[in-house]
Amino acid sequence: QEKLDMSTYPVESIRNFSIIAHVDHGKSTLADRLLEITGTISKTDRNKQVLDKLQVERERGITVKAQSASLFYNHEGINYLLNLIDTPGHVDFSYEVSRSLSACQGVILVVDANEGIQAQTVANFYLAFEAQLSIIPVINKIDLKNADPERVEKQIEKLFDIPTDECIRISAKQGTNVEKVLQNVIEKIPPPQCNPADPLKALVFDSTFDHYRGVVANIALFGGEIAKGHKIVSAHTKKRYEVNEVGILTPDEQPTHKLYAGQVGYLIAGMKEVAEAQVGDTLFLYKQPVEPLPGFKSAKPMVFAGMYPIDQTEYNNLKSALERLTLNDSSVTVHRDSSLALGAGWRLGFLGLLHMEVFNQRLEQEYNMSVILTAPTVPYKAVLSSAKLIKEYGKDQITIINPAQFPDKLSVSEYLEPTVLGTIVTPHEYIGKIITLCQDRRAVQKDMLYIDENRVMLKYLFPLNEIVVDFYDALKSLSSGYASFDYEDAGYQSADLIKMDILLNGNPVEELATIIHNDKAHAAGKLLCERLKETIPRQLFEIAIQAAIGKKIIARETLKAYRKNVVAKCYGGDITRRMKLLKRQAESKKLMRKIGNVEVPRDAFIRVLKREPDK
Amino acid sequence: WPYCRKRCSYCNFNTYVVPAVDEAAVRACLVREARTLLRLSQLHSVSSVFFGGGTPSLASPGTVGAVLEAVAGAARLPAGAEVTLEANPSSTSTSRLAGFRAAGVNRLSIGVQSLDDAELRMLGREHTAAEARKAVEAARGLFPGRTSIDLLFGLPGQSRDAWAQRLEAALGLCDDHISLYQLTLERGTALAARVRGGALPAPPQDLLADMYQTARTALAAAGFRHYEVSNFARKGAVSTHNLSYWRAEQYIGVGPGAHGRFVPRGEGGHSREARVQTLEPVAWMREVQSQGHGTRSRVVLSPLEQLEELLALGLRTDEGVTHERWGHFSPQLSLPAVFGAPGEARALQQQGWLVLDSGGLRCTWAGLAVLDSLLPGLLCQLQR
Repeated sequence: QEKLDMSTYPVESIRNFSIIAHVDHGKSTLADRLLEITGTISKTDRNKQVLDKLQVERERGITVKAQSASLFYNHEGINYLLNLIDTPGHVDFSYEVSRSLSACQGVILVVDANEGIQAQTVANFYLAFEAQLSIIPVINKIDLKNADPERVEKQIEKLFDIPTDECIRISAKQGTNVEKVLQNVIEKIPPPQCNPADPLKALVFDSTFDHYRGVVANIALFGGEIAKGHKIVSAHTKKRYEVNEVGILTPDEQPTHKLYAGQVGYLIAGMKEVAEAQVGDTLFLYKQPVEPLPGFKSAKPMVFAGMYPIDQTEYNNLKSALERLTLNDSSVTVHRDSSLALGAGWRLGFLGLLHMEVFNQRLEQEYNMSVILTAPTVPYKAVLSSAKLIKEYGKDQITIINPAQFPDKLSVSEYLEPTVLGTIVTPHEYIGKIITLCQDRRAVQKDMLYIDENRVMLKYLFPLNEIVVDFYDALKSLSSGYASFDYEDAGYQSADLIKMDILLNGNPVEELATIIHNDKAHAAGKLLCERLKETIPRQLFEIAIQAAIGKKIIARETLKAYRKNVVAKCYGGDITRRMKLLKRQAESKKLMRKIGNVEVPRDAFIRVLKREPDK
Repeated sequence: WPYCRKRCSYCNFNTYVVPAVDEAAVRACLVREARTLLRLSQLHSVSSVFFGGGTPSLASPGTVGAVLEAVAGAARLPAGAEVTLEANPSSTSTSRLAGFRAAGVNRLSIGVQSLDDAELRMLGREHTAAEARKAVEAARGLFPGRTSIDLLFGLPGQSRDAWAQRLEAALGLCDDHISLYQLTLERGTALAARVRGGALPAPPQDLLADMYQTARTALAAAGFRHYEVSNFARKGAVSTHNLSYWRAEQYIGVGPGAHGRFVPRGEGGHSREARVQTLEPVAWMREVQSQGHGTRSRVVLSPLEQLEELLALGLRTDEGVTHERWGHFSPQLSLPAVFGAPGEARALQQQGWLVLDSGGLRCTWAGLAVLDSLLPGLLCQLQR
């Protein structure tokens, strides 16, 4: 394959930018249009979410992994190299967003002309603002009936201090005014300030794993140049590699002879795991170390879940599926774990509930694995007071991620729970309900301010566990979808925690055990029991469903035995249908979990804990 | 006979309400298809014939006679073979019934459903309780000892007491065979829609269980043998035809939507097939006229599938699955070999739901009521 010569693009002709926006405001569609206009991809009807390569991204309409694309555009006689760095749009991935932004000098901030500014618009704006990037405000979806660009421009002016006449009104779907956006990128975003003569300094802002070629790292050069044969070092792992290939993404890989300062592309250097090329890492030439780029941090999991194979015979299959899937996602932390009831498995850490759901979906779609997922937990801490336990763990403060490890009150001087600072943006008519919802979730209000005549921004300090399961859905539901939410880590606070067990006919259901705040135990226990009663099929004996703290039962439901369960008619015409149903029942019986003598459907846990059963 | 004068509020059968029926054409097709399929099956003799539908009593005795003649012509139809006709009380005058008897019918099954006018209205039936009584009396006169009545229980809003009353009334009226069905609210029916919409209450599970037990006990006290989940007979008046379904014998379905299970030896077939005739009458007639029969689908049943059917159906009867019947489908693996070893069946036996002995495998009195909870586990064991 012909290699491109990137030296024909001096630093002054380069623009590195990103598109930031709230979920569904049109970020990916705008990216599609930019790719088309610059001829990077041909214009067809099939260009939808071109940069979203994962099946799960396309199905859910979200960007999970950042991609980049280099576009070539001629403006007033000069050939420009425009590097578009795509960013994940979801609240769970704000760290990735911040790393992608550090490779840019400007951003296109997209706001929906009807929805206006939402929580992530705000969060992303601040990220870009703090990084001192040029901001090009773009108001999208002006083609829709309810579009009110003027109102949105005023919001932008009030909240972000950007003059209304800087806003560009577009329809990414139809392509209206998109060319103007490109011109603004060239005129308003400065070229990168860096020198190809300096020693190599490259930021890794993403990486993927390719089975044939190893890790492919997305890099942005802050100084120097890089080419095949160079020997490089990772600032974080201190490991050394030799570069096999460099190139740009258009958005498919296009090898080049070299990459120069200010340019963005990819690199392959014999790395075997994505953990060797972590987001935010700095690469430099061997024997020419540089100051690492700031802002690097290891991925911090916010939500944990136990993952076990349906049957222990599937253990090895699940093990290799997890290994391959985490190759491409270094933000998932993996610990081996085991449970008396479920056997050998893992406890995985995710950046958020969406991250976990996407991961589970990818396991099913790409590796055909069905697993038992246990209750999502957050990393609680306990300050130990028992000398015996302190000796056993080797320290006096431990992190508890598996309810089975929960140390007893008598051995602990303080329990701690993780908290987050949440930002809610909502039309004012929902304020009352939202405040009630937040109070219900043990949140403390930190700020409240009107961003325009209609919309309010609320900041609350939440215990993390109160939002991981269904806060987002509850918020959306009571605001008819208009409220938006974003959050960031805010450290730990003291908490009155207990461990709640769920028992079926006296036998504990390990995957439903949860660590919970004492104030919430009774209500949560009752709700869990009620939902379980609806999820577990009736059996030939009565089933007592109980929630307990230690020996004390705090809630109970009874599922009565079947006294009649036989289809009334079974003559010639009914037989085929009957057999089909029976065989399906036999199949699902094989997948059931047996707790004592009670048969529980494998997905009972997810249905019970996730959200309100559809009535 | 796939036609009715109206559709009852709970019915989801393959039946059609049309302004006029070309009886001659339908008759000719039934006759033709019966001959074709009998030849295809190469069966030598027919032990029973059942006229179902729809409302077969709306057809003329001439049609019934013509079909019976065709059957007798294509295979042996012994003089004592059971020939049943399903009838609605509103088309069972004595003279009409006499016509059917002359045509060869020797057993009648009357769709009484309920002996309460309000309930009959809710069910969308065409007749009153008084008319139902008259029909049963007329039938008993012409088919003594061979009249059956259909009854429903568990109607929306029906109380325990109301059911007890219905039972008593039915016992005073009936002959020696009762088919007793728990009303099933099938999706798509008018009655189900009313219950779903909240206009009518859904009967609670426990009440239904009680009603069933009350009925079983009352019928046993009156001398009836509970020989299948929903069928009761005294003085030996069982339905031979239906027993052949539950014993997984061979049967041929003739007419729109009819089902069959037989080996098409006439085409060189060696395996038992599950067959269905085309559902819609006009389409069915066209196919019969051009090809001799209107078979819409035929699926070969694997040995395992045949055993699964035998198990699921046989366990519905008080006789259960006998060793001989099982051996016919599974010469290598006996009942004890499959279900005698430690496993699901053994556990169910210990819990008192099932019996495995020299008579075969069958449900206990209690087990029969919850058969559908026992079957999935037994199927798993069989599959293994």
